[in-house]
Amino acid sequence: MWDYTDKVNEHFRNPHNVGKVENPDGEGQVGSLACGDALKLMFKLDKDGRISEAKFQTFGCASAIASSSALTEMIIGKTLEEAEQITNKDIANYLGGLPKQKVHCSVMGREALEAAIYNYRTGKTWSKEIDGEVICHCFGTTDKEIEEAVRTNDVTTVEDLTNTCKAGGGCGNCIPELEAILKRITDEIEAEKQKPLHKPMTNLQRIHLIEDVIDREVRPALRQDGGDLELIDVDSNIVKVRFRGACSGCAVSTITLKDVVEARLKENVSEEIVVEEVK
Amino acid sequence: MKTVYVDNNATTQLADEVRDAMIPFLTDLWGNPSSMHTFGGQVKKYIETAREQVAALIGASDPQEITFTSCGSESNNLAIRGGAEAMDKPPHVITSKVEHAAVSGPCHYLEDRGFRLTKLDVDALGDLDTGTLLHEVKAGKSLTSIMWANNETGVIFPVSQIGELVHEYGGIFHTDGVQAVGKIPMNVSEMPIDMLSLSGHKLHAPKGVGALYIRRGIKVKPLVLGGHQERGRRAGTENVPYIVGLGLACELAGKNLADENSRVKAMRDRLEKGILSSCPGSRINGDSLHRLPNTTNISFDFIEGEAILLMLDDRGICASTGSACASGSLEPSHVLRAMNVPGTAVHGSIRFSLSTYNTEEDVDAVLTELPKIVTRLRELSPFV
Repeated sequence: MWDYTDKVNEHFRNPHNVGKVENPDGEGQVGSLACGDALKLMFKLDKDGRISEAKFQTFGCASAIASSSALTEMIIGKTLEEAEQITNKDIANYLGGLPKQKVHCSVMGREALEAAIYNYRTGKTWSKEIDGEVICHCFGTTDKEIEEAVRTNDVTTVEDLTNTCKAGGGCGNCIPELEAILKRITDEIEAEKQKPLHKPMTNLQRIHLIEDVIDREVRPALRQDGGDLELIDVDSNIVKVRFRGACSGCAVSTITLKDVVEARLKENVSEEIVVEEVK
Repeated sequence: MKTVYVDNNATTQLADEVRDAMIPFLTDLWGNPSSMHTFGGQVKKYIETAREQVAALIGASDPQEITFTSCGSESNNLAIRGGAEAMDKPPHVITSKVEHAAVSGPCHYLEDRGFRLTKLDVDALGDLDTGTLLHEVKAGKSLTSIMWANNETGVIFPVSQIGELVHEYGGIFHTDGVQAVGKIPMNVSEMPIDMLSLSGHKLHAPKGVGALYIRRGIKVKPLVLGGHQERGRRAGTENVPYIVGLGLACELAGKNLADENSRVKAMRDRLEKGILSSCPGSRINGDSLHRLPNTTNISFDFIEGEAILLMLDDRGICASTGSACASGSLEPSHVLRAMNVPGTAVHGSIRFSLSTYNTEEDVDAVLTELPKIVTRLRELSPFV
């Protein structure tokens, strides 16, 4: 028995927007009978380019039907650019979460949306192979879908990957390849995390990051000794702080300033940072 | 809302008589049957009565051929692992592609330890490929384990014919009789069957008790070591109340066999015909000529089993499905896949399994509700 949320049960039992849109502006179908689930999504745009009508037909289990219903509710009123931002995770969150073996139902929703938007923009029928190479032949999962599944859903094991995008859930022949792909992507994600400084940042993002580093990496140590630190100003690479509590007037506060505060900020934000104390 | 329970191949209602017979062993007669004193030792005779009751239902000539276990799965493990490991030379393990996991599990366990394993195909009706079996049994002594009746489709395999082939080439034949015992008449003493597994909770005894018939002369290596109980085949103080319950349940099942094969079968047939005529695009999975009297497995084109099941559940109807979605795997039932059920239908199968406790009203309830559900889900389906 599945532990479905009330919202999943509600959207399964009384799905919204079932059926077909007459003369749709975009339509897309993903999945198949053989795969065990399929979703056809149609939409119509109003004169401002917003989705005014969206309908679906789904072959699948309760969570597939609920995910489809949720998707239509989420996209109505949005522009295509806004709708495109919706991830499978957003669909699952809208439903209050899905059992992990059912995450692929929300992925099907996200893909149907992509397919319908592609159809609107190109007039062509979307197929998975358009921008990906099929890795799992049982379920036709492409490398692109796998990458998206891993990045959106924090997938770390092949089992989670199968739950998310079905890859590897059939004969299992592709599992070694999936393991290799999973490792490559998780390594990439790890490497991206390691060097946030290379990303261009707005001033606001930079200040947030500095605050974040101070909160996470500096403050706990100072507080242990009864001290604290306040961020006063950030002027390009000059970060001004004021010591508080036991730290203010502490004989070694200059060392703390350079060896702890500045070192952490150099490491996590930018090599160029210089920290100055405001008395 | 009244519960309409038509999932008796999953588990069955505990018979009132069985429950009542167990109570004394949960209250006053709680002694250890191995004790030397009268208080404990007096319990032993009830175990032996139960052994006789089980032997009588399956037609074993000697009650000592019955070993009590904790469940059908343990019986299968003891027969297959214990049977294979007790043979002089490692046997060729032969089974089918449609076995319950409690049989395929120990078979794969043996394969991982170097035993040769062959899994026989079935045809589109779920009938066994006996030609390949003949070819395989010739290739050296086998331990062959083929179910008597399939849990999902109810299809009955020709166990006498299989056993004869296995014996002709010196092999040992085990059959998983968990779904067959109590539903069809049997007489193992006159059949070429060396071991047969059965489970209590499939025949109105409680969960947590089973038995394995081991023909006199067949050796098994015990899985549970450390005690003389069950003649050394299964150590551990006997689960007296449950064994007593299983014994009585077997006696009752014997008395109910006629009802099972007449009234229950007639209800199953009415249910099946009613569904096929009221739901277009529905089909029976499995050979309806060789089938348990209580089971029907029906596929509905273009809709998915879990969705059907949950909508039945909303109306108090308990059934089960071979759909992938319901099990949490991505592949539908291995039984339906082995039968090559078409892609349009394989994800939309529902099993209804009746028992002597079902009534005509239960059949009416399913026949009233199911067509509405099928129509509703077809409205949602992009393939209709």
